[in-house]
Amino acid sequence: MSSESKFRPKMLGIICNWCCYGGADLCGVSRFQYPTYIRLIRVMCSGRVDMKHILFAFLNGADGIFVGGCHINDCHYNPEGNYDALSMYNFCKKLLEHVGINPKRLRLEWVSAGEGIRFANIMNEFSREIEELGPLGRIEGLDENELKTRLKNIIKLVPYFKLVKMKELAIHNPDEEVYKKLYTSEDIDRLIKEAPSYYIDPKRCQACMTCARRCPASAIISEKNKIHIIDQDKCIRCGTCYDACPPKFGAVTKIVGAPVPPPIPDDQRTIIRKTG
Amino acid sequence: MEKELIERKELLKRLCQNSSNGNFGDVMIVGGGISGIQAALDLGTAGFKVYFIEKSPTVGGKMAHLDKTFPTNDCSMCIESPKFVECKRHPNIEMITYAEVEKVRGEKGDFTVTVVKKPRYVDENKCTGCTVCVEYCPAQYPDPFNQGISNNKAIHIYFAQAIPLVTYIDDSCLYLKEGKCQICSSVCKNDAIDFSQTPEYIDIKVGAIIVSPGIEPFDARLIKEYRYGEFVNVVTAFDYERLLCATGPYEGEILRASDKKHPHNIAWIHCVGSRQVIEGANSYCSSVCCTYTQKQVILTKDHDADARCTVFHNDIRSFGKDFERFYQRAENLPGVRFIRSYVSIVREDPVTKNIFIRYSTPEGEVREEEFDMVVLSVGLAPPADVKKFADAFGIELNEHGFCKTNPFNPLETTRPGIFVSGAFLNPMDIPESVFTASGSGSLCGELLSYRRGKLSKERVYPPERDVSQEEPRIGVYVCHCGANIGRIVNVPETVEYAKTLPNVVHAEENLFICSTEAAAMLAKDIKERGLNRVIVAACTPRTHEPLFRDTLREAGINQYYYEMSNVREHCSWVHSKEKEAATEKAKDLIRMSVARAHHLEPLQEFDLPVNKVAVVIGGGIGGMTSALSIANQGHEVHLVEKEKELGGKARNLHYTLEGLDVQRYLSELKNKVYSHPLIHIYTNADIPETTGYVGNFTTKIVSDKGIKEIKHGAAVIAIGADVYKPNEYLYGEDDRVMTHLELEEKISNRDEKVITAKTVVMIQCVGSRNEERNYCSRICCSESIKNALKLKEVNPDMDIYILFRDMRTYGFKEDYYREAADKGVRFIRYELEDKPLVAPGESEDGRHVLKVTATDYILGKKIELDADIIALAAAIIPAEASQEVSKKFKVALGPDGFFQEAHVKLRPVDFAAEGVYLCGIAHYPKLIPETISQAYGAAGRALTLLSNDTVVASGSVCTVDEKMCMGCGACAPACTYNAIELKDTRMGKKASVVPVLCKGCGLCNSKCPTGAIQLKHYTDKEIFSQILAGLYKDTEYASGKTIII
Repeated sequence: MSSESKFRPKMLGIICNWCCYGGADLCGVSRFQYPTYIRLIRVMCSGRVDMKHILFAFLNGADGIFVGGCHINDCHYNPEGNYDALSMYNFCKKLLEHVGINPKRLRLEWVSAGEGIRFANIMNEFSREIEELGPLGRIEGLDENELKTRLKNIIKLVPYFKLVKMKELAIHNPDEEVYKKLYTSEDIDRLIKEAPSYYIDPKRCQACMTCARRCPASAIISEKNKIHIIDQDKCIRCGTCYDACPPKFGAVTKIVGAPVPPPIPDDQRTIIRKTG
Repeated sequence: MEKELIERKELLKRLCQNSSNGNFGDVMIVGGGISGIQAALDLGTAGFKVYFIEKSPTVGGKMAHLDKTFPTNDCSMCIESPKFVECKRHPNIEMITYAEVEKVRGEKGDFTVTVVKKPRYVDENKCTGCTVCVEYCPAQYPDPFNQGISNNKAIHIYFAQAIPLVTYIDDSCLYLKEGKCQICSSVCKNDAIDFSQTPEYIDIKVGAIIVSPGIEPFDARLIKEYRYGEFVNVVTAFDYERLLCATGPYEGEILRASDKKHPHNIAWIHCVGSRQVIEGANSYCSSVCCTYTQKQVILTKDHDADARCTVFHNDIRSFGKDFERFYQRAENLPGVRFIRSYVSIVREDPVTKNIFIRYSTPEGEVREEEFDMVVLSVGLAPPADVKKFADAFGIELNEHGFCKTNPFNPLETTRPGIFVSGAFLNPMDIPESVFTASGSGSLCGELLSYRRGKLSKERVYPPERDVSQEEPRIGVYVCHCGANIGRIVNVPETVEYAKTLPNVVHAEENLFICSTEAAAMLAKDIKERGLNRVIVAACTPRTHEPLFRDTLREAGINQYYYEMSNVREHCSWVHSKEKEAATEKAKDLIRMSVARAHHLEPLQEFDLPVNKVAVVIGGGIGGMTSALSIANQGHEVHLVEKEKELGGKARNLHYTLEGLDVQRYLSELKNKVYSHPLIHIYTNADIPETTGYVGNFTTKIVSDKGIKEIKHGAAVIAIGADVYKPNEYLYGEDDRVMTHLELEEKISNRDEKVITAKTVVMIQCVGSRNEERNYCSRICCSESIKNALKLKEVNPDMDIYILFRDMRTYGFKEDYYREAADKGVRFIRYELEDKPLVAPGESEDGRHVLKVTATDYILGKKIELDADIIALAAAIIPAEASQEVSKKFKVALGPDGFFQEAHVKLRPVDFAAEGVYLCGIAHYPKLIPETISQAYGAAGRALTLLSNDTVVASGSVCTVDEKMCMGCGACAPACTYNAIELKDTRMGKKASVVPVLCKGCGLCNSKCPTGAIQLKHYTDKEIFSQILAGLYKDTEYASGKTIII
């Protein structure tokens, strides 16, 4: 087969400094060989790897993503970050499934700094798998645009996922099997279906700026005496505005399972207050 | 006193005057194993100039030869080798490898040591470790690093992580033997080969010496019966360690020497050369073999899940912390058998080369079984040339050939000013080797406190140029690494490519960018070309990042502006057959680094001031020893004891197995503590509150002296432990049943009933090694032997029975076990499921006795003993206050409730929380000499902090953008360092990071829904930019652009 016709996947690995990076180094020292198309990024702990990083990489055309950490209980850090990585990874797999991406494109492994050969074996095995799966979207039967739209929509929900799954994402259980059952497909589907949107009721908003000042994503278009509007593209659905809006106004509403009404036109935003 | 002071000043003056002509130091450490390394690092950091001598071509010692370390199965080299680099870079450590000490003259405070440096035939200053010479060398010889199982070249680097990372030429060299070849000279591009070298004699003046020559594995050839060297598939555990290891002779494949096939049925034989009173063997127990065998069994099963493993053992001595669980883990693996039997190796099958072993079954029948491979669990022996070694130093050896020490101070040799650490003391495992090193360091510190900091150097860096407002000006340096990178990756092409990337203002190639020469050039470039970001595309940042960061500091820009592309380990070495693709990948890696470099920020490491005062919690032998050692080095110490007097558990002890008079020792120690002007003692004391962090704690002490608030930099936890109060064997119901502590009290009081007893029965493991307390209390076997011998001394006719599960008289204590057996003490083994029974009754001669019923496994029947006294070896349990103290000082407790050290092997007296140290039985049960050593160890570690004015904390910590923080609280629980606080503000709850507590793992970062909390140096921006540049070839992605979502 000529090298041109052969599919060369785009693959990234995000690996922890203390163990997996050491394993990759030892793999080199020992001259174990693996395909050239894998690029590695170093972080201090596999628990630093964010689901955003993974989804973002797929959005930008990665065909396979590898995450590597220390073996369970060997984490360099007190908080044992590899448990966090394990939970995040299992969650991400379900997200990928939801999007329609083969979850095999994401792989997490523990590699100690002494396991050069194991690192090579994993790289070889994983890249073979990805080569067989082909370019992202092909085996999934998704065209690029559809895939990107879906991924973008999921990425927008990441802050919401982190909030509602806060406990599960921080679970530490020495039994790795527990993590496999932590998230179910139904769970994820429901979670996504129930993702709330927030909307400011123009009739109730008193343009007090409270919500806008508190919004962590700077997603509220606001100025004095002008009805506030939530920029749905920027909104991370954290609900801070919902909590912040003074109860006597109760202007922020939470919408689940229904479309958000369109923002009111700019020329109707000015609030005319009674004077005197 | 005054005269002494003047003398010292004179000496100091003399030393400082002469120091310009080199060869002047404070301490010399001889032996570069893990113990020597620890001592060197501790003393160097504590302000002493250290000469560090190692006889082999690299530091590392025996630990470097191990595959994994028990009971955590950490990769041995991975945890040890960063310490090599640390030694190498330390401004106060002068390392001399391939050298031995010939003679020590002078006296404590003023020694002159003659060191002989063997010829390497390689100029260490010129050799870059590129190993081109190794490739071309035609002479092969058995590789000592791999136990001679595989071959290496006559010129080679001892192992890949060696420090110094330079080659040496072995005597198998053709030129040295026959005067021909010299190929190495012709291929070396740096002219580093130098066959004219001869032994070099150097005189070095130091004030104190630590000897840490370590051990050698017992030579199994000395006992013919084991057939080592005769039957090819009989290997030693040290051979097996290399077979297991990925850097071993078969790259981590366990293969038989006879047919290079995997063995599937392996036997281990315990106590080879240990616990044997036969010609060639050693009488003592080597302490580590039981557990290393279990480790090898577990690792064998990891390699080959179907392997059958059989361990032929005597007592299983799992006496260390977490060893009991480790033993169970090994024992419970499928296909693993532990058989208690003496064995003999009968024969070898002439065709299959399998080995036949004869052993006896528990039922008493003799059986012969065939194995694919036999591993001899060889013991630890003193170094081969130990006599010569001792003579050179003028120190004495004990009857076993180990170092003879002062019974009152186990770290002092017979020559004042020379201390000892590591397994040269007695057979010991790694953590003991480490804390005895810190302990000897502390003793040197006591001796030389007056000259601390006089010869030591501190690095001085130029002031940093503020470049944060400048456009990035990136310099890219691509290293050939000799041929390591350059032969695969087209380096000039990558340089040309780098020049096309945004904001790269300079790119060039270099043969060895790590050479001192190149570093100087790099520093010059930074200044002259105005670079404000530097990327080196070379080897791994794990070893070389500190070096280049240092170069940036030297050149006056922030060290966090440095970025590294690993084009060797992650590129040329792993893609050696695909030159073009490897070159493409190297370009990609450089592009990713350039993208990241755009986002790098200058970060400040924190210089935290260190309060020079220490608090020691616990006034037992451990606490007092630690307090004294710290105070003797000029630091104020507050010693806190919850009881009304000092002494701890030792108040109830009268003698040790070795014959130390504990009460005399204790009262002398107390006197020293009470009369020390720098030690403040608080009795009846309690600590209601502690706050702060390394270098800056505040502790409230409520005591007889009232309430006091102490500001201090370090704390030592030495709160001891308690003795289990048995609720079995009629304890508490019948006053003839007592614990060993109570028995000892009665023996020393010459209690009539005890002294005149006809029969004494001792029952071991009372409250230990059971479901509730799944650990061995370590000291009870020795205690029982001690009391049995004492009773035999006062009443030789007494019948003494010891009912045991495994006798765990490790190390030299084995000799006392043997002595007890020789004196007629009878030992009867029992099983956990079949414990002895105790009931009141009457003996045949009409005495009111306690009837003890047990099964005798040797006789195979029930026996009944008529006991007048029963002594119970009651468990050591964690001190009641452990929970409370652990919470106050934010340190952890282990699964058994004892304090949990930072790293079970390499940081045995440190906690994960910096500035807090640990010693004594609060850590785990231990005997008095062990407590004393560990107490000095804790003091030594505390001094590495207290002797400095400041402590540095990494700049890569988390920070919160308050505007983006929604106060959800996801971050704080993720941080077990307690570095994140949630504060109430006008804008609601907001997280904030205490940078000095943050360790930079970034778990909080990945939990944060809004991205408000960011780990500096690994921010989302930085990672996103690397991801993008890794996925898109367009050079524009190297501008660090990201799409923040």
